[in-house]
Amino acid sequence: MADVVPAKILVPQAVPAGGAPAHAPAMAEETIAFEVKNFSLWYGARQALHDITIRIPAKKVTAIIGPSGCGKSTFIRALNRMHELTPGTRIAGDVRLFGEDVYGSSVEPTVVRRRVGMVFQKSNPFPTMSIAENVLVGLRLNGLTQKSFLRQRLEESLRMAALWDEVKDTLGRPGISLSGGQQQRLCIARALAVKPEIILMDEPCSALDPIATAKVEELIHSLKVNYTVVIVTHNMQQAARCSDKTAFFYMGKLIEYDETRTIFMNPANPQTEAYVSGRFG
Amino acid sequence: MTAATDTFEPSRAHQTWRRWKSRGMSVLLGVCAVAVISPLFLVLYFLVSKGASALDWNFFTQLPKPTGELGGGMANAIVGTLMLLGMAAVVGVPIGVMGGVYLAEYGSDRANYWIRFAADVLNGIPSIVWGVVVWALLVVPFKTFSAYAGGAALGFMMIPLIMRTTEEVLVLVPQSYREAGLALGIARWKIITVIVIKTALKGIITGILIATARIAGETAPLLFTALGNNFWNHNLSEPIAALPLQIYNYAISPYDDWHRQAWAGALVLMGMILTLNIIVRVISRGHNKSN
Repeated sequence: MADVVPAKILVPQAVPAGGAPAHAPAMAEETIAFEVKNFSLWYGARQALHDITIRIPAKKVTAIIGPSGCGKSTFIRALNRMHELTPGTRIAGDVRLFGEDVYGSSVEPTVVRRRVGMVFQKSNPFPTMSIAENVLVGLRLNGLTQKSFLRQRLEESLRMAALWDEVKDTLGRPGISLSGGQQQRLCIARALAVKPEIILMDEPCSALDPIATAKVEELIHSLKVNYTVVIVTHNMQQAARCSDKTAFFYMGKLIEYDETRTIFMNPANPQTEAYVSGRFG
Repeated sequence: MTAATDTFEPSRAHQTWRRWKSRGMSVLLGVCAVAVISPLFLVLYFLVSKGASALDWNFFTQLPKPTGELGGGMANAIVGTLMLLGMAAVVGVPIGVMGGVYLAEYGSDRANYWIRFAADVLNGIPSIVWGVVVWALLVVPFKTFSAYAGGAALGFMMIPLIMRTTEEVLVLVPQSYREAGLALGIARWKIITVIVIKTALKGIITGILIATARIAGETAPLLFTALGNNFWNHNLSEPIAALPLQIYNYAISPYDDWHRQAWAGALVLMGMILTLNIIVRVISRGHNKSN
């Protein structure tokens, strides 16, 4: 299994081991998509996130890694307020999306979610809808009905999700008739169709075979030209392969956040070191 | 075989005993299964053997003949039952479905507990009680028995049935569809109407048909609401005929001809309910295939 192999082996030795991390100058120039300050989250009495402070850059891929139950899914669900579906959650702290307060009292969660799309662990195309309907549902239900526009956006989204060539002749077939990997790319196309600024991915490949995973990873790579991608993954090789920055979460805390290369080659924190080298988690 | 397993090997006689015990139990269970379904065949046998002779074209097209005259039919009662069911659906379907949506999608755990409890109590209320309540609500104030009152009585009975089945099928729709919708920035009510309800639509329709089949044969709620009518109903605020009422009236009459007609009416009513059940079967079979 790929997971067992320590990630270090797979990452080219570009940065000399033991060298001091040199990330500070690069960070200042980037546009920041999400600025999270002292963010904590509770499920009832249980605190799931402790005082998270992180700046997620725009038009980059940021990976969030950590063992099961460390709060990584909770964290990205808090970025577009999806956690509010779980009753009894409570938050403290500040999340800003390009400077705007995501949790502001006048901010509608639906508006946030239109700007911050999400792809889930298990592909979930709507079973009553065709491939085309699945892609366009977000636009249609938000009131966009002009045929030529929808038609264009359909092709555009499916092309971006690298699915167009496989489904262009069967757009009327049910979305659930596709294979697992195709379904996941369909869900990505569906998320892209509403033109969000950010795409959150919650372990998008964990239910896919290696070939389908490779396709989705390639897709993530091409997405960062136009989009900010935040991806939660169990798979450290995946984080190493497709992200620019990596955050390591453990027990609801952000342990370390840096350039992906630094996290895998030369982490500052011994816990990060232990995790990325496969000694725990 | 090793010595260890040999010690667990039962004797030949014991094996035979086990075999016979197993056969005996299988036969007993089979007999019970036959006993469960045989009433259905008994009912069908009696209805057909006693009712089929009175079942002719006139039965479906003519009004009842006055006492003493032979022939006639139950056309008004058949149409009356269909009209009552239609009115009941107008009352029961929207309220029941929307109540079910509330339970599955909006209600808090605490509120849902009490609403479900109330619905289950309502489901257990004897139908004659519904008749009395609607009589007090809609017959006494308007000083007349009416089709409206009959439809309302049946509709009230449908509400808790439909509410519970709607809730059950909506809860079966995976949470991930709702999340996918929300993540697209779609408003919650649109997700519920366009995605969730559509996904569960077959189940909801099945629930409505089952509720309809369940109330189609009710007599007690109609006794002092719809009352019955020997002629066509031209005004819904007047009494209306219904098959169960007509069967009841004819069955307790002293005339052989009416007895035969009562059997025939029962056969028709049974046929209607059976048809509804078959439709439900066909729908839910398609449902399983698509999943």
